Amino acid sequence: MKYRTLLRHVREGTKNIFRNGWMTFASIAAVTTTLILVAVFLALVLNLDQMARNIEQDVQISTMIDLTADEEQIVQLGEEIEQIDGVKEVQFSSNDNELSKLIESMGDEGQAWTMFEQDNPLNHVYIVEAIEPENTEAVANQIEELENVEKVHYGKEVVEQLFQFNNYARAIGLALIIALVFTAIFLISNTIKITIIARSTEIGIQKLVGATNSFIRWPFFVEGALLGILGSIVPIAVILGGYYYVYHNFVDVITFRFVELLPFDPFAWQLSGMVLLIGALIGVWGSVMSVRKFLKV
Amino acid sequence: MITMENVSKTYSNGVTALNDISIHIERGEFVYLVGQSGAGKSSFIRLIYREVKPTKGKIIINDMDLSKLKERQVPYLRREIGVVFQDFKLLQKLTVYENVAFALEVTETSPKMIKNRVMDVLKLVGIEHKAQMIPSELSGGEQQRVAIARAIVNNPKVVIADEPTGNLDPDTSWEIMKVLEEINSKGTTIIMATHSKHIVNTIKRRVIALEDGVIVRDQQRGDYGYEV
Ligand SMILES: Nc1ncnc2c1ncn2[C@@H]1O[C@H](COP(=O)(O)OP(=O)(O)OP(=O)(O)O)[C@@H](O)[C@H]1O
Ligand SMILES: [Mg+2]
Repeated sequence: MKYRTLLRHVREGTKNIFRNGWMTFASIAAVTTTLILVAVFLALVLNLDQMARNIEQDVQISTMIDLTADEEQIVQLGEEIEQIDGVKEVQFSSNDNELSKLIESMGDEGQAWTMFEQDNPLNHVYIVEAIEPENTEAVANQIEELENVEKVHYGKEVVEQLFQFNNYARAIGLALIIALVFTAIFLISNTIKITIIARSTEIGIQKLVGATNSFIRWPFFVEGALLGILGSIVPIAVILGGYYYVYHNFVDVITFRFVELLPFDPFAWQLSGMVLLIGALIGVWGSVMSVRKFLKV
Repeated sequence: MITMENVSKTYSNGVTALNDISIHIERGEFVYLVGQSGAGKSSFIRLIYREVKPTKGKIIINDMDLSKLKERQVPYLRREIGVVFQDFKLLQKLTVYENVAFALEVTETSPKMIKNRVMDVLKLVGIEHKAQMIPSELSGGEQQRVAIARAIVNNPKVVIADEPTGNLDPDTSWEIMKVLEEINSKGTTIIMATHSKHIVNTIKRRVIALEDGVIVRDQQRGDYGYEV
């Protein structure tokens, strides 16, 4: 296709958008709503996935030692742990050390914990690292059997819960989004159908003088893509503004080891690009659906 | 140029509009298609530009076998055929110039070529002074000139016209006939369905008469032959 012809198609497609204001508005609004939800959903799922992956990388097992254990028992426990197959490293961390780590990780709010410095309620801890991340669970189970162990914590528990939650979120979100996407496609295809009906004599005459189907289809393609792109403007603004806000406020509040949001740059931009693409696809799909049956002249 | 062999057309509602038609039309001929209402004239014309497909038989146009023509090749067939209708079929929002240029735009002709070619054909049909008007500002005869200009702007080898003078008064009809004769004299084949006894009997040309979908007469320099 020649450049000149492409320009003509873009001109025609743009003209159509202004021809039926209300339907255009309705379909753009539908795309906008859909895309905002898609964006929120994607931001959530992708961040949770990232967190789960971070935690999975974490092979540390915190072994909380019984508060009643004396020094000798603690040393003995350490030796027993070292003898377990697959253990790479065992490190002792006193309850004072644990408390200062906790205070540090809580930031400003951690100050409240300083009052416990005199009467520390925390356990002494052995931090155990498995050689292979996938052995973490087996090692943790063996440690749990040992005497003077109150409890073991390791990333995987959290990971499983997180993945579980993530799966639910994904299923519900996906169902919701598919329904919305189809509503948007339906609205767009109806909008375009109206422009086509208004132009059906024109199409008939175009075919009469030898226009190919693709020549006729192109302006409707352009119209659909434009509807989709116009519909993604507000969602992109919401993503960039909203994610910036959440990212900067969230980072201060919660900074556990693995709870970390994907950085604004590039994540918010990538998400915007995705949303723009989905918008354009919805538009093009809607237009393809509506043009098809009008071309059989 | 145009050959039909044992062509029949039965519409989906069961009406047989054409029944076992065989005909040959040479390049440069001027052919009248006559017959009573419902005889099958429009169906004959629709078969030529592949608006409809024959139920049976073979149609060859410019060495193209229409039965072998794929759907996506139909536009290219239509660029070699100019079509004119009783109701003109002009785009009401476009000017005379744009209506004619439109037929060239779809073939991606360059704007400069389009300009030359459109002005040429507008001159040929005698409407160049109204190039910037829209169809509703023109008389019926003038609109039909525009439609003819659009039909010939692609330099088609054949022009088919379904009652081109059907909506026009006698004087205007003669002017349209003059334009069609002029085009024919330049070598373009013309096939024209008509109910005008007067025209057929005055400008004597080949006459193909249809009756209930069958060719009942095919005569060089024939006459209309029916009492209307
Ligand atoms: N699209 C169609 N579907 C079904 N039947 C049709 C269709 N077009 C035409 N017919 C039938 O085919 C027969 C021939 O019609 P056609 O239009 O070819 O006649 P015609 O000679 O052009 O008539 P007229 O002089 O009134 O224009 C008629 O009986 C008509 O009812
Ligand atoms: Mg007819």
